Amino acid sequence: MTAIDTPGGTVRPPFWRDIRVIRVVLQVLAVVVVFGALWLLGNNLRNELIRKNLPTNFDFLDRPTGVTISDSGFDPGSPVSAALLAGIKNTFLLAIVGIPLLTILGTLIGVARLSTNWLVAKAAGVYVETIRNIPPLLIIIFVFNAVILQLPAPNDPATPFDWFVISNLKIVGPSLITESGAGLLWIIMLLGLIAAVAVGIWRTRYSERTGHPHHRILIGFGVVVVFAVIGYLIAGNPIQVALPRLDGRIITGGFGGLGSYFSLLAALVIYTASHVAEIVRGSILAVPKGQTEAANALALSGFQRLRFVTLPQALRIAIPPIINQYLNFVKNTSLAIAIGFAEITLITFQAIGNGYPAPQLIVLLMAAYLVFSLTISVMVNILNRRLQLVGR
Amino acid sequence: MTTTTPQQLTVTRTTRAAAWLRKNLFSTWYNTALTIVFGAFILFVLFRLLGFLLDIDTTIIRVNLKLYMTGRFPNEQLERLWIGVYITSAGIGLFARAIARNAEVKALDAGMAIDHAGWQSIIRRFWPILVLVAIILGFTQTPLPALLTLGAAAIGIGAYVSGAALPRAVIKRSWLIPLVGTVAFYLGVAGFGGVGWDKWGGFFVNIVLTIAGITLAFPLGLMLALGRRSTLPVVRYLSVTYIEFLRGVPMISLLLLGAFALGFLIPGDQQFSLFIRLLIAITLFQSAYIAEVVRGGLQSVPKGQIEAGQSLGLSPWKTMRLIVLPQALRNVIPAMVGQFISLFKDTTLVSIVKLLDLLLAAQVSTAQPEFQAQGLQAVTLPFAALFFWVGCYVMSRESRRLERKLGVGER
Repeated sequence: MTAIDTPGGTVRPPFWRDIRVIRVVLQVLAVVVVFGALWLLGNNLRNELIRKNLPTNFDFLDRPTGVTISDSGFDPGSPVSAALLAGIKNTFLLAIVGIPLLTILGTLIGVARLSTNWLVAKAAGVYVETIRNIPPLLIIIFVFNAVILQLPAPNDPATPFDWFVISNLKIVGPSLITESGAGLLWIIMLLGLIAAVAVGIWRTRYSERTGHPHHRILIGFGVVVVFAVIGYLIAGNPIQVALPRLDGRIITGGFGGLGSYFSLLAALVIYTASHVAEIVRGSILAVPKGQTEAANALALSGFQRLRFVTLPQALRIAIPPIINQYLNFVKNTSLAIAIGFAEITLITFQAIGNGYPAPQLIVLLMAAYLVFSLTISVMVNILNRRLQLVGR
Repeated sequence: MTTTTPQQLTVTRTTRAAAWLRKNLFSTWYNTALTIVFGAFILFVLFRLLGFLLDIDTTIIRVNLKLYMTGRFPNEQLERLWIGVYITSAGIGLFARAIARNAEVKALDAGMAIDHAGWQSIIRRFWPILVLVAIILGFTQTPLPALLTLGAAAIGIGAYVSGAALPRAVIKRSWLIPLVGTVAFYLGVAGFGGVGWDKWGGFFVNIVLTIAGITLAFPLGLMLALGRRSTLPVVRYLSVTYIEFLRGVPMISLLLLGAFALGFLIPGDQQFSLFIRLLIAITLFQSAYIAEVVRGGLQSVPKGQIEAGQSLGLSPWKTMRLIVLPQALRNVIPAMVGQFISLFKDTTLVSIVKLLDLLLAAQVSTAQPEFQAQGLQAVTLPFAALFFWVGCYVMSRESRRLERKLGVGER
């Protein structure tokens, strides 16, 4: 490669112009510069921590936090690591409830923007163009201060229909409690599920044999419902609704959460849904027009066209960016720090305030988000590969 | 067709309107139901909104307007900010003229028609900014700011007109204008005994953090993008690690790092100001995102372009600089605007670590003795939101316009 044949024989370039040498030298140089800088900064960090009498390792995680988490019965005397775990749990609580909500809302608005109804399309457009151009932190603080905090005070909460107890501290609704006999219901439900899968397989085979539509989802769902109703009657009302009860300021029973939780949830769902709506709209528009025309030429009905032609192709385009929005949602839950909902970022912030070393705590905070993000992006990559195989 | 009486015209007009209504609002029974339900809902919302707008007491905004715009910038130096505004409007005027002139030259070279942007199109594109300026001026207590704003507009127009006299060499290097303008701006506001940017605040600081953050992060992001596409495995892995690490964590964790941990990395008690530390954190964070944006641009350049460079005997560096980068960076402009918008919104996060930006100003103003505990956040926060909405909306529309003009995604 590098040797050049000339009439006078083979001439080799000098070693400093040999591409193989240059490559090795450049890479060694990059390693030296980057790790040298890291070593220098690490050294500074260690010296400064020692100088300020702060720990240089992670042993402080076992010491008591002094962090209080409202409405959780969390003991401020428990170790820092326990507080951080409690924070991670609260982050998860936001993600698990928020992600389905924002998917539904975003999809509805995205489809609404393409509606043939002028009013619906315009309203959806105004929603998207307004919300996505406002900082999410501002929306969160607005919802918390101007909506949730304006609710009645905790000592005199509103109780609409006696089903809810609503105050600016906490919002509680009815919950379901199981009584004896619930075990029997679960067993019957499980049998119903197995039966549904069996029926689904039978319908699929039937459809493949005869060419008739299988309706396996519909029939399978019906089977589960039938089993559930029978099981509920046999077990004798095993599940009942429990209403929240109010004793002074203390709410017992029911199912609910803090006002700050709902502020964060509502604000971030509203904000992220505006981005999801744009993705959904873009993906539906990205399906070539010929596909719709082909579906029309095959005399498919409007629903069939959407279900079998447009949506499968649109979803393939939409899923990766939508998952990216889920990631953004989870990262944005860190804004809870502004309204005092105790997820991991706020716990870290408070632990720093209580005199624990900031560098280590922030590294742990970043690691927690990083593990989550990288897991999701690996999954997206796998999904991407599978989605691509389906198409071309 | 030949004889149309006015009466016939009105008939067709009403039938056309009826046809439009039927087609767009009442085409089927469920569309009719949707229209009625939605219409009622929208009317209700508009009614409540109107009631709220007529009801609000804007004293808090009148009193705190300076806090919102500039934070705790010393009163006796406010004229420096007006000088900054004048420098900015002169710079924008000159820059706009230079860009227009360059486009004209290119269109002439290509033998295409020159499209002149009239003032109507300027208003159509930038009306939210004009409305915002009008609203802000409506809240001032003296007519002086309005006069000064008119002066700024006059200077901008004057600069645009006199920009025709700029030497050809300057017009060709139009990037010189913002560069010189920025230096002049900084000197005008902070130079010669003015207060440095660690004492700036309000909406001003949101703008400065956005522009400075993107500008400082760009070279770093460009390097990272090139590093990620490098054939040297070590360089590639280092770049990928940096990019994926920073894209995987929320920006607030970086700001916490800047506010609480950056001091540990520098020996001694001497500290950067909070502003500088946050700017460092923002720059580090943004560079990872810009790297991904630039990588998209690099990937959009067809491989044949690189091969063409090689066949001309250009070195890899020259191929990159003369052939790949000009095309890649042009394709990347709309995505960069998107990044700019998202940073603009994210600069509000500095309020969490108590840098007095517009969002924090909107919050602290409601804690003043005469305004506290009246639920006035419902007034100040929407007012603050208006600033961000205007900025983001105009920029995103401009970016879409640019995208169409550049024909990105159409080739």
